[in-house]
Order: sequence, then structure tokens, then C-alpha cells
Amino acid sequence: MAEAENIVVETAERIFADLADAQTINRDTKGGWKAPLWQALGEAGLPLSWVSEEYGGSGASLADGFAVLGAAGRFALAVPLAETMLAGWLLSQAGIDSPEGEMTVAPASPRDRVTLDTDGTLTGRARGIPFAKEAKHLAVLVQDRRGKALIALVEAAKCRIEQNLNLGGDDSDTVTFDRVTPAAIKPAPEGFDLTSLLLMGAVARSLQIAGSLESMLDISVRYSNERVAFEKKISKFQAVQHNLAKLAGESAAALAAATSAADAFAGGATADAAFLEAASAKIRCSEAAEKAAAIAHQVHGAIGFTIEHILHRYTLRALAWRDDFGSESYWAVELGKRVAANGADELWPLVASR
Amino acid sequence: MTTALRFDPIRLPSECVKLREEVRAFLAEEIAAGTFSPFKPNREDNDAREFSRRVGARGWLGMTWPKKYGGHERSYLERYVVTEEMRVANAPTRRFFVADRQSGPVLLKYANERIKMDILPRICRGEVCFAIGMSEPNSGSDLFAAKTKATRTDGGFLINGTKIWTSSAHIADYMIAIFRTSPPTNENRRHGLTQFLVDMKTPGIKVNPIGQITGQFEFNEVVFTDAFIPEDHVLGEIDGAWKQATSELAYERSGPERFLETYYVLTELVRAIGPSPDTRAAEGIGRLVAQLHTMRRMSVSVAGMLHAGKEPVVEAAIVKDIGTIWEQQLPHRVRDLAAFVDENASNRETLENQLAFAIKTAPKLTIQGGTTEVLRGIIARGLGLR
Repeated sequence: MAEAENIVVETAERIFADLADAQTINRDTKGGWKAPLWQALGEAGLPLSWVSEEYGGSGASLADGFAVLGAAGRFALAVPLAETMLAGWLLSQAGIDSPEGEMTVAPASPRDRVTLDTDGTLTGRARGIPFAKEAKHLAVLVQDRRGKALIALVEAAKCRIEQNLNLGGDDSDTVTFDRVTPAAIKPAPEGFDLTSLLLMGAVARSLQIAGSLESMLDISVRYSNERVAFEKKISKFQAVQHNLAKLAGESAAALAAATSAADAFAGGATADAAFLEAASAKIRCSEAAEKAAAIAHQVHGAIGFTIEHILHRYTLRALAWRDDFGSESYWAVELGKRVAANGADELWPLVASR
Repeated sequence: MTTALRFDPIRLPSECVKLREEVRAFLAEEIAAGTFSPFKPNREDNDAREFSRRVGARGWLGMTWPKKYGGHERSYLERYVVTEEMRVANAPTRRFFVADRQSGPVLLKYANERIKMDILPRICRGEVCFAIGMSEPNSGSDLFAAKTKATRTDGGFLINGTKIWTSSAHIADYMIAIFRTSPPTNENRRHGLTQFLVDMKTPGIKVNPIGQITGQFEFNEVVFTDAFIPEDHVLGEIDGAWKQATSELAYERSGPERFLETYYVLTELVRAIGPSPDTRAAEGIGRLVAQLHTMRRMSVSVAGMLHAGKEPVVEAAIVKDIGTIWEQQLPHRVRDLAAFVDENASNRETLENQLAFAIKTAPKLTIQGGTTEVLRGIIARGLGLR
């Protein structure tokens, strides 16, 4: 990513560095860091990056927004920036204005549906909705009785929200829509469906995972150059070096997969190509998260297992993000089905087309 | 970040699309004419001499080299396309691959004009085969332990000693080898080796084939007994080969051949499983395809950086490290997934034969051209751990 040349990403990184420092957040048990961070992000127009000025946003490109998400991953950011960006993007698909404040999107799992009843209200349940408890609004992908997709803006206060925490300790709530009247609802564009939303969410989470892996590598390398055992820095032990080299490989794979998928979406790929890119990114980044987190913890030893150390902010979030917008197992099954349906001789042409 | 790795999402440029179609059409013709079978990765029984010339005639050898030496002044990314299509088709590239990837670029950089004008156009025409003389019986990964001696004599050097595991030496016209011209110094154990161009017809060179566990005889022992090499066949600096070896490696390490070596078993698995896989098969295929796509995107990214004149040494080492492990594990994962394939699948025998060969091939993939252990050392150095 070309962070240094990009004003949007530079702004985001500066805010993250000033107000989302992992050490500071880790010591602040009362969550006092959240409000100033969110305020600064809002003032910079970042939460509505993907909403054009016409619909109340700051109108950044998809590419810039994706780069912001990579940076957010590097800071293991624990405010609903990605979710608000996704919500704004979803609302824009239907030409619905984005409100101010925190938002999130629903559904975030391939198994959940929210349906539009004939009386204009919404019914359904969506599990694992990130930051629902903190959101003022939800952008919801809805189906009517004939299976037609619509996009709705819903006030969070009108839904029943049961709190649940993900591995990283962030909200991953169950949202129940019980005859909820949306604040706005419009048809989704032709061909836009739950898969379209999940794929976009999968790209976002892939970038966040890749970012967190970059940081895991960075802090693990740094720690290995500080920690002394058997009278030398542990970075001098070949076994440790090889583990860190493997961590670098996983971080590299995640970065390549995620930025490739982001590039495909920003550049307008065909449906088959976008599916391959986004599904692959989510699968490979999730696999990388498992391997990388294990090595990062191994390198850190007991200290990395303490709540005082910042390592868990990255490792547990990366592991948690695997579950959102379709897990790696889900996408692998879907990708495998597509590949099989297209036939053996179409596999290489598809891969080579990217 | 102290350890920032770069894998920019490089896309192959539009000229590659047409080229890819040309390569595929050419390979389809060759397959139809019986030159090789894409279903038989074991290329031992094919004499690919004429194939090599036809590839050269298409302008697909020395693609990036200057026209004055027979090259085509095309981009590394175009060469990338040709390489990956050949690999995926299981085309018999053995006769020209080393010369095109590695030996030609070394000659371009270090050989004198007469040698360049003599040999490079022949490589481009697909007429000559190269081998690389690095390993010795007691010097493998530890390249700088090489002992085969080049002793000064009238007008050149006399070579004595043994190279080993030298792929294609039995069919090669030339070898680019490193020989010891001086002992190492206390300050620099890498000092004292010199790179040479060796004409394999030189008297005093004996090639002894070595059988491999695949049943093939691709690598050899090469014994030098007072073999004479003329002075002008020295490539680069006397005693300074260690300075020359590293820059080529990024090209050697990150290409499509570093993750596509066993790709054919995945194609055949998808064929055997058919259009409606059960959940287990679908998930298995999906994961392998995601991993393959990611590997290729990493490899293309490194190719793009090389194309832009950068030296992504660590990124290239990472591609080879995880790419070769992936292609090594692939036949075993395919075997897992094939366990419940329909007994009557039409390609069952093909798949089984391929798996047997791929599983036997697999161990070498993480050894040749830089072992996993060496690569991880390079990555560790890049991370600032050494």
C-alpha cells in the first residue's frame, strides 16, 4: 500500500497513532479513549469515506477506504470504523443518505435473513453483528416476500440487541428485528444480494486481518531483539528466526491476498473474478491469522499471554475477524462449488485472469 | 514498521492477454501433434529438442534480452506469462528453461562480447541447453565450501574436482559453474570462488547420471579432470563470485515454477470430483484454490517489482518458501480429497498415476535452488534478526 503518498490514509494513520495507541488503550479499563478517537475520525470524514458528498459523506475512493482499513488493522482498531464505512457504502448502493454517528451492517452471516413484511416492517434475526450495541443506526440488507433485495436504514433503538463479545472483546451482538419500521428503505441495485454484501465485508475484514498480522510481525521481531535468554537475544536462535520467517510469510500472504481483493473491487472486476478474489482473501487471511497468532504468542512466551501486554489486541481480533461476513470454511465451500461447477479446465484460466 | 514487506497488487498488463492466448494455442497444437501430454508430468521419455527450437522460433526465449543478442526486448511480465502457461501445461521445458531464466542473464551481465554474440542468439533459438554447477559432494546449501579447483595455466585454467546434483548436465551444451581460484580469507570465507562458463564438450569432463526416487535421471555427478577453460570464459571478477550470486536469485526464487510444479493434480482432482462436490470436497478445493490464487498474486507482485527495477530479495525468498511448501503439500491434500472419489471417475487412473509421481517429486521442491532453511535465514536477515 502506498500509505506515504496518500492523504486519506496519512490522516487516518495520524489519528490512530495519536488516539488509538495500543498501550494506552490497554491500560484504560474504562474506555475513555473511545469518544475522542471517534470524534477525530468523524471530523476527518473517515467513517463515511465511501459515501459521496451527495449522500452526506466525504466521497473518498474505494481504494483509499480500503487502505484506511489496512491501517485500522495495523492498530487493531476497536471502534466501528469499518462497520460504519460498510454501512455507508451499503446505503449508497440504494441512494439512501447516511446519518451521522456510528453504524453497522446486517446481516453479517450467510445464514441470517431480514425480511420485509407487507405492512412495511422488518422481521428477522441477525447474529454476530459487530458493534451493534454502539451503533446509532444499522444498514440492513432486506428481502421482500418474493426474494427481491432492498436496503434499509434502521434506528438501532428500534431493534432488540443482545450483547455478545467476540474473541477480541468487541461487540458481536444478536440483533432481532420484530416488526421494525425502517427510517428509509429503497430497492437494492439489480443483481445486488446478500453475497454482494458479504463479499465486500469479507474484503474489509481481510484487510484488517492483514494489517493486524503486519503488527504482530513487527512487535514479535522487536520483542525477539530485546528479550535475552541463555545469555543471548532470542532473535539469535535459529528456531526463533525460522518461526519469525514463517510469520513473515503468513503476513505477506495475507497482505497480498487482501490488497489484491481490494484492488479487484476498487477496479471493478467481473463477478467471477470478484468472487475468487474476495473469497480467497477471506480464506487465506483467516488461515494466516491462525498460524501467525500462534507464532506471535510463541515468540513472546508467557508475557504475551498476559492481559497487560498489547499482543492480544492484535491476535485475538485477527482470530475474531475470521468469523465475520462468512468464515473461511463457508467461503471455501462456496468457492469450491463454483470451481467444480465451472469444470477442471476453467480453473487455471480463472486464476490466470487475475 | 521496521519490517514492512511489500506485495503491491500488480496486474499483468494488457499485452499479456494476447500473448497468453498465443502461448495456449501453440501448446494446444503441440499437444495435438503428440509432442507431450499435459496429463503426464513425467517428461523423461520425451525428446524435447525440436520443441525447444519451436519455442525459440516463436520468440519466447530470451524475451527480455537486447535484440542485438537475439532477444526480443519484451518485459519480465510477458516472460512470466509464457513460463506459467508452459508449467501448467506440463510442457517439456527442461532443455531451455535454465538457459532462459538464469544462464543467459549471467552471460549478458558478465561474459565478453564475443561469447555473448556466439551463445545468446543460440539460446534464443532454443538450440542450447545449460546446467548450473553449484553443489559439490561436501558443499550444498553451504555454497562457499566449494572445493573444485581452477588452477591457472597457459591461457586459462585447469579444473579438477566434482560437481553433483547437476540437473540436465547429461544433455547440457554448457555449464555455468563456480570453482575455487583462491582459498578463503580469514576476513571473508566467501572469498576465492570464481564463476566460469564451461563448454561441456571440453575433454576431461565426465558426466555420471544419478537415479532419483521418481525413477528419473535428471541430475548428475560431473567430474572434472584437468579440464581446460580458456581465460575469456571467466565470468565477472576473479575470486568475487559471491558478489555476483545474489542479485539473480530474486528472479530464480519467485517465478511461477516455485508453486506450480505439482499443479496438475489439482486440475485432475476437480475433474474427478465433478460438477457437484459434497461439502468436504468443495471446502478442500476452495481452500486450495484460495491458496493457489494468493501464491500467484504474491509471485506476480514480485515480478512486477523486478520489472520496475527493484530488488525484492526478502519478498522473493518468501514466495519460494511458502510456494514450494504449498506445491509439496498439494499432492498430499489432493490425495486426502480423492479418497472418496467415485471409483468409476473417467480420469481416476490418470489422477492416481499423477499423484504417485507428484508425491515422489514433492521432497525435492523444498531443497532445489535454495532449501527452506536457507530461505528462512534470508528472510530472518531481512527482518533484522541476523
